[in-house]
Amino acid sequence: MIGSLAVILGCQLLGEVLARGLGLPVPGPVIGMAAMVGVLWLRERFAPPVLAGVEPAGRFLLAHLSLLFVPAGVGVVGNLEVLAAEWLALAAALMVSTVLTLVVSVVSFRVVARMLGQA
Amino acid sequence: MARDASLDFALWVYLTEGPLLWLTVTLAAYAVADWLSARAGRHPLVNPVLISVVLVGGLLLASGTDYATYFEGAQFIHFLLGPATVALALPLWEHRALVLRSALPMLAALVAGSVTAAVSALAVAWAFGASDAVLVAIAPKSVTAGVAMSITEGLGGNPALTAVLVILTGMIGALVVTPLMNGLGIRDYRARGFAVGLASHGIGTARAFQVDPVAGTFAGIAIGLNAVMTAVIVPWLLRIWLS
Repeated sequence: MIGSLAVILGCQLLGEVLARGLGLPVPGPVIGMAAMVGVLWLRERFAPPVLAGVEPAGRFLLAHLSLLFVPAGVGVVGNLEVLAAEWLALAAALMVSTVLTLVVSVVSFRVVARMLGQA
Repeated sequence: MARDASLDFALWVYLTEGPLLWLTVTLAAYAVADWLSARAGRHPLVNPVLISVVLVGGLLLASGTDYATYFEGAQFIHFLLGPATVALALPLWEHRALVLRSALPMLAALVAGSVTAAVSALAVAWAFGASDAVLVAIAPKSVTAGVAMSITEGLGGNPALTAVLVILTGMIGALVVTPLMNGLGIRDYRARGFAVGLASHGIGTARAFQVDPVAGTFAGIAIGLNAVMTAVIVPWLLRIWLS
């Protein structure tokens, strides 16, 4: 568990250093995700004993992903007044845009998948 | 017999000075919310993030606690968002064959979805007479909070407003995605997951993992891809829109 967490944090650290150091528009943890894919490839290719138990901490975090958004979500409760002035425009824009984005994304995905003969 | 009021006060000061109280409250609220969600068979409206936020937010308001105090405890949970993003590599690796086979459908959904997310938010807000400040804040609302805030900040907007809009977008996506996709008759969990990750980032992804591991995997990929795509198109789009 601890070794697994250290590997994950190491990947994130590498991602943050690269993102900030090179001024990339990608968040550090997303680069860390790519680095973690590299770690998993290494594990598959060379099976070093040090990477044998690399999964538990990650599995644990993903199983409780909802919990991790609670602190940020609570921030909305305390900041609702920033919405007050133009709440109707904001509510309409968020509702319409989120639903439309879901529909356009899923339909685009399916159209191309079907063209490729994927079920 | 009346308790010593100054003793109660000392206890309250102790609890509000350290992170223990609000860290415990956050975990307890989530435990209750997750239990309710499981009891409801993971019904989309019984969303654990929303329920936890209402429980904790209510307690903060009732106790007159400000967010900065709360966050001193909650930051330990908030910090784990970064490691959790890294951990998305695990399901990605597990499903890598399916992911590689889906590269072209994902690319199509990414381009169409990313443009739709920004343009439709701008168009509706503009039609309702929103100010330029609001337009700048709402355009990146579908991407993960850190990236959205830096896009808004780079354009001279208010990142705090963006943060609130990003979280609300995540909640809306997580609440509507299941009934919407069922209504559209979409049974491809790659497509369902990718759409919700693109439209409503991590909160949508958390919902996707509740429904199906493949959906969660593709939602996680969409968060990363849309962060890059939006960081490129939104500044360009807003310069045209506001000129």
